[in-house]
Amino acid sequence: MSALPTPVAHPATDADAIEPSTAASTTEPWTGACRRARLHVITGKGGTGKTTVAAALALALATNGRRVLLVEVEERQGIARLFDVPPLPYQEKKVAVATGGGEVRALAVDVEAALLEYFEMFYNLGFAGRSLKKMGAVEFATTLAPGLRDVLLTGKVKETVTRIGSDNRPVYDEVVLDAPPTGRVVTFLGVTEAMSGLAKRGPIHSQAEGVVRLLHSPDTIVHLVTLLEDMPVTETLEAIEQLRAQSLPVGTIIVNAATSPQLPRASLDAAARGELDTDGLADALRAAGVEPTPAVLDGLREQATEHAIRVLDEQQCREQLAAAGLPMLELPRLVEGGDLGGVYELADRLAEQGVD
Amino acid sequence: MPTRSAAGANPVLDLAPLLADPRTTIVVTCGSGGVGKTTTAAAMALWAADAGRNVAVLTIDPAKRLAQSLGLDELDNDPRRVDVPLASADGQLWAMMLDTRRTFDEMVSAHSTPERAQAILSNPFYQVISSSFSGTQEYMAMEKLATLAATNQFDLIVVDTPPSRSALDFLDAPQRLSSFMDGRMIKLLATPSRGVMKIVGAGFTLFSKAVTTVLGGQLLTDAAQFVQLFEDMFGGFRERAQATYELLRAPGTKFVVVSICEGDALREASYFTDRLRAEHMPLAGLILNRTHPPLADLAAGPAQLATDKLGDAAPLAAAVLDIHRQRLEVRAAELHMRGRFDRVHSDLPVVEVPALPSDAHDLPALREIGLRLTHGTSYRPAETG
Repeated sequence: MSALPTPVAHPATDADAIEPSTAASTTEPWTGACRRARLHVITGKGGTGKTTVAAALALALATNGRRVLLVEVEERQGIARLFDVPPLPYQEKKVAVATGGGEVRALAVDVEAALLEYFEMFYNLGFAGRSLKKMGAVEFATTLAPGLRDVLLTGKVKETVTRIGSDNRPVYDEVVLDAPPTGRVVTFLGVTEAMSGLAKRGPIHSQAEGVVRLLHSPDTIVHLVTLLEDMPVTETLEAIEQLRAQSLPVGTIIVNAATSPQLPRASLDAAARGELDTDGLADALRAAGVEPTPAVLDGLREQATEHAIRVLDEQQCREQLAAAGLPMLELPRLVEGGDLGGVYELADRLAEQGVD
Repeated sequence: MPTRSAAGANPVLDLAPLLADPRTTIVVTCGSGGVGKTTTAAAMALWAADAGRNVAVLTIDPAKRLAQSLGLDELDNDPRRVDVPLASADGQLWAMMLDTRRTFDEMVSAHSTPERAQAILSNPFYQVISSSFSGTQEYMAMEKLATLAATNQFDLIVVDTPPSRSALDFLDAPQRLSSFMDGRMIKLLATPSRGVMKIVGAGFTLFSKAVTTVLGGQLLTDAAQFVQLFEDMFGGFRERAQATYELLRAPGTKFVVVSICEGDALREASYFTDRLRAEHMPLAGLILNRTHPPLADLAAGPAQLATDKLGDAAPLAAAVLDIHRQRLEVRAAELHMRGRFDRVHSDLPVVEVPALPSDAHDLPALREIGLRLTHGTSYRPAETG
């Protein structure tokens, strides 16, 4: 498990490489607002590595003996897969230990279980609750009013954020929510709207009001994970606008899987045009015992061209993202991401950029 | 003996004869989100049109620039001719972007009297179902496919499926929707009778009360009215869903699974493969998208040696070699992932499509992908093992 072999841990510090963004290079990306928040909501377009980044953030926050809860709400068991543990039940389970003795616990919220939990609380259904589940009554109720689903899920998240332990302190220092993708996150967090389809009174209604208060308080902050590609960038910018329109607090843009630039900046344009001057390459190859055939030289040059085009495209994406005026964190593309080693590696990269 | 591909032990998925064959009338692409499904569908459609066929591509949610290059500026529920010079004078390319809600509305109108259709369309509960029932988009994509196929206007329809979360929702959606709407639960909630009470016991009254408290009475009333309005149409719906299912299994239909060479995406691809086979859907093979075969035939060891020889004297040449070694490392990881997939699905034809350096959002890029999909000659990976 390793990042691509590049010396560029944080490109902003490398004068020769491309700078990630003006915002990230001039100000501290992990702002006071980020430090103050206790609920970190992670969203992003599907396929951008949202779950991996959420897990890495949870690990980075769990340093120095803190306890962090990582929550998923999409019933995908993405966390269990990432941490290589059996599918999570509807219970908080310890999944990782961070440097400095902190720990990450994980919870996969299940809508049915959450709904029955509420009914239990207020109506004491007992055995009937289980048979109703068998009949598909719960799916029915959540289908009838899709907003109910989101109210239940966010309600459970709020409960974990506000839960107080026997020592009168919050049980979790921080909660990281692996939220629905950008296309649905505003609806998901816009619980007020979801309630319009629901009854105007009752336990779930007051629960939802509490959720709205939490989501609009300094305790909550939303981060957006994106790749440096056309469609994720467009979706990220749209989502930021929508989140702001709902006055939901937006924290950082987390760029995932960025290409680490290899070529000196001054050579990029020429390389992208396929006009890279590779003096000495043929000699060096020959000295290394390799015959520098035209095919090998062309192939190497073409790879450099592709690399340069990619780096320039990514830089354009960064500039587009910078228009949102948000601090940016950046994570490198890992050769083999998506496993536990990768999560720890990305957590280190976040810590290097000031996340704590 | 089928050809074995260079990278894996699996047979090669040869898309050129498949797309050119007049007997192929429908190609369905499926796969998880972010693997380039829409782009692949568009590239296959363009390739077939270039080969002289009259092709329609049905996209779900294309990137803005890709949509624009296909001449699609907005959701439009009918295919529009793409104004592009094609390699063959006989070819035609049509494209459309699915409008879920409108497709549902049209289906309702087609199956009922105008008055009844009006009552259904204005029912608030219908509006919820037609826009946010999970699976509606998948269902409507297949519905639209059936409608287009029935017109016999096209030689080939290439259809992109929504990025389903895990299951082949487009196969399940009609069934799920019908079991939801056959109204058992709604009737129970709207008019809990004594007979029902015997079955589910006193808990149901409590549940009914709880649901009413949570959802509000109006919603249940709307739902009950909707079910009543819908009852007559129901048989027609179910028949239609069944016909669509049969169309997907017909000999002219081919499924292709699209994936990238990463763990999560391949896991989904594996699931799709198993599921399609279990349902006896005609699966043509796997398109392994955006791979990185090296373009220079140079092993990592000599490349490192050459870098060492260069020292600080030629930074550009050293960078070029670094890029090459990175590419070899990425490729090794890809082959490892692919090897694991191949062992499980050893008889599944696979074609690798090497990544373009940029996002594909214009017709030349789609043509290049088409070439790579069909083993065209413009690209030349220098892989020997």
